[in-house]
Amino acid sequence: MSNDRSIPSAGPDFARLLGQDVVIEAGASEAPSGAQRIAPDHSPRPSAGPLSRTRERAGVRVSPDIQREVEQFLYIQAELLDDKQWQAWIDLFDDAGIYWMPASPEQTEWEGSPSIFAEDKLLMEIRKGRVSHPNAWSQAPMWATNHIVSHVTVEAHGETTLEVRSRFHMMELRRDSVRHFGGRYRHTLVRGGDGGLRIRLQRVDLFNGQAPFDYVLQVWV
Amino acid sequence: MDVTALVEPDRVHKTVYTDPQIFDMEMARIWERTWVYCGHESQVPKAGDYYAVTIGRQPMIMVREAGGGVGVLYNRCPHRGVQLVGNLKGNTGSAFVCSYHAWSFHLDGRVRAIPLASGYEGTRMTKDNPDCGMKKAARVDSYRGFVFASLVADGPSLPDFLGEAKIAFDDMCDRSPVGEVEVVPNCYRVMQHSNWKFFMENQLDSLHPSVTHQSTGIAAGRVEKRLKAETGTAPLYYHYLSTFASSFEQWDAVQTINFPHGHGILKAYMGLRPQDPDTLEYEALLKGAYGEAKTEEYLSRSIHHVLVYPYLSVQSPLQQLRCLRPVAADKTMSEIWHFRLKGAPEAIYRRSLWYYNLVNSPATMINADDLENWSKGQWGLTSNGGDWVSFHRWFGDDREENGVTYSNHGTSEAVMRSQFKAWSTYMQAA
Repeated sequence: MSNDRSIPSAGPDFARLLGQDVVIEAGASEAPSGAQRIAPDHSPRPSAGPLSRTRERAGVRVSPDIQREVEQFLYIQAELLDDKQWQAWIDLFDDAGIYWMPASPEQTEWEGSPSIFAEDKLLMEIRKGRVSHPNAWSQAPMWATNHIVSHVTVEAHGETTLEVRSRFHMMELRRDSVRHFGGRYRHTLVRGGDGGLRIRLQRVDLFNGQAPFDYVLQVWV
Repeated sequence: MDVTALVEPDRVHKTVYTDPQIFDMEMARIWERTWVYCGHESQVPKAGDYYAVTIGRQPMIMVREAGGGVGVLYNRCPHRGVQLVGNLKGNTGSAFVCSYHAWSFHLDGRVRAIPLASGYEGTRMTKDNPDCGMKKAARVDSYRGFVFASLVADGPSLPDFLGEAKIAFDDMCDRSPVGEVEVVPNCYRVMQHSNWKFFMENQLDSLHPSVTHQSTGIAAGRVEKRLKAETGTAPLYYHYLSTFASSFEQWDAVQTINFPHGHGILKAYMGLRPQDPDTLEYEALLKGAYGEAKTEEYLSRSIHHVLVYPYLSVQSPLQQLRCLRPVAADKTMSEIWHFRLKGAPEAIYRRSLWYYNLVNSPATMINADDLENWSKGQWGLTSNGGDWVSFHRWFGDDREENGVTYSNHGTSEAVMRSQFKAWSTYMQAA
């Protein structure tokens, strides 16, 4: 350790410099650090703020039967997409069902703000009709998806309504390339007259939704 | 390289889409000289708000200055060249501070402080040297809140550059009862794997919609028809999609107007003036603000969208704007924005939002097939199966008056011929 705080000059002998021991001791001086002297007057950066509607909430205790029923339902939802069973997938929604992928996680209403998807059953029918048309040119290249669904947590369990969140990871093959989409599902499920579960709202928050899209999304995630 | 030999009145050589050297020349001779759109003033409302933007190959920053103006600076520290902002957008407080050696700058780019500044005494980098500040875009100007910058001091003014294409911004703003729009704070970015020209040509290509978009047009038309039969009406947004499946003859009747500098207009075809209560309330507001005659003039302008060549497509009646940021000869970033008419009813915003969601979002049922065409177009042009791209449709049939080319047929390739005329002029000057 040296008490001499001046920075030694390199001189012609670089090896000599490397041999010198200069230590800047943290906290040794009362003077503010270089970083503090720069520009301490920055206004605070706006923080994302609490995501009141979308923040993770603790799961509630439900019977193993319910937990299993919900998990199986979400797995089937994903498998129908991977199998391109569009009508069977649409049939999982109840008549007022909505598929929603907001543009950003702060959004709380499916109408009135930009959305990547915001579809009721009629719009789903249009999308199904479109991708099934023989001249849907973008559908000609080989493509397939593979979903993984996990972290299935029942957040609320009422008489006829369940709030469920989960995580998904989807790989998509298109031509010779693979893309990845990950994020969070939030499902509002209702029990129909036949006792089975139906989707009232499937909210899909892509974790990479604000990044540039390399090409676009063609069907539901 | 004499690139102008690659452009003939009725055809162009494929290399103008594929050659990286030509791409670099375009960046130098067009983008880094002409006026380029940076963003809307409402993207940076408060002092210190910034938005990173690319002009040609230059990383720039659009920033709200302390005095209230909007400036455009090179995103580069004059010390060692490090970028001063590392995020797409944010607020930088009262200064830009370099993360490397703490040089700091006022919001207008002037140097504010250099640590241990005595170390520069006797050198050419002292604080009074303007080279110690962030370099500014040579010219910054705005039109009705839309900010443009040019990286060279000479050349036409912004109004001269825009010419008649300024109607894009007039038409958007005049639809607000207070004459202003504000940005919806969301930008979709979609990468196109094709040369920027594919997008610009496609915007005014009236022959492609019923071919490229037939699957969506037909599927939407089927549901729209059923809904009308069942309930007597269908929301306007079904029509946004179903019109794409109109007949060739109908499309041929949608005229294009082609201005100097490559700008152009595709005339309206969607019929966006239903007489529902929301529209009537909105029109009453406009009449209160502008009077009967002006309101009629504003609302009956026949515009589907306006091109500001070579990078902007403005769909003023629905307040959508798409801006190209070319990355490489075969790669183009598109930025997709939506605007809100200040003072207009919420229902009018929501009506245009449907178009943003259904047509312009990253889950678009329309542009998906365009992007597919452009990728295949880019790959096709690398083929040795042919050297030329044909623009012969209705060649010789255009009507030219005062430098403006009117196509007698909507499907005329007058659009592409006009764009390449401007391209040649840009590429020759330099």
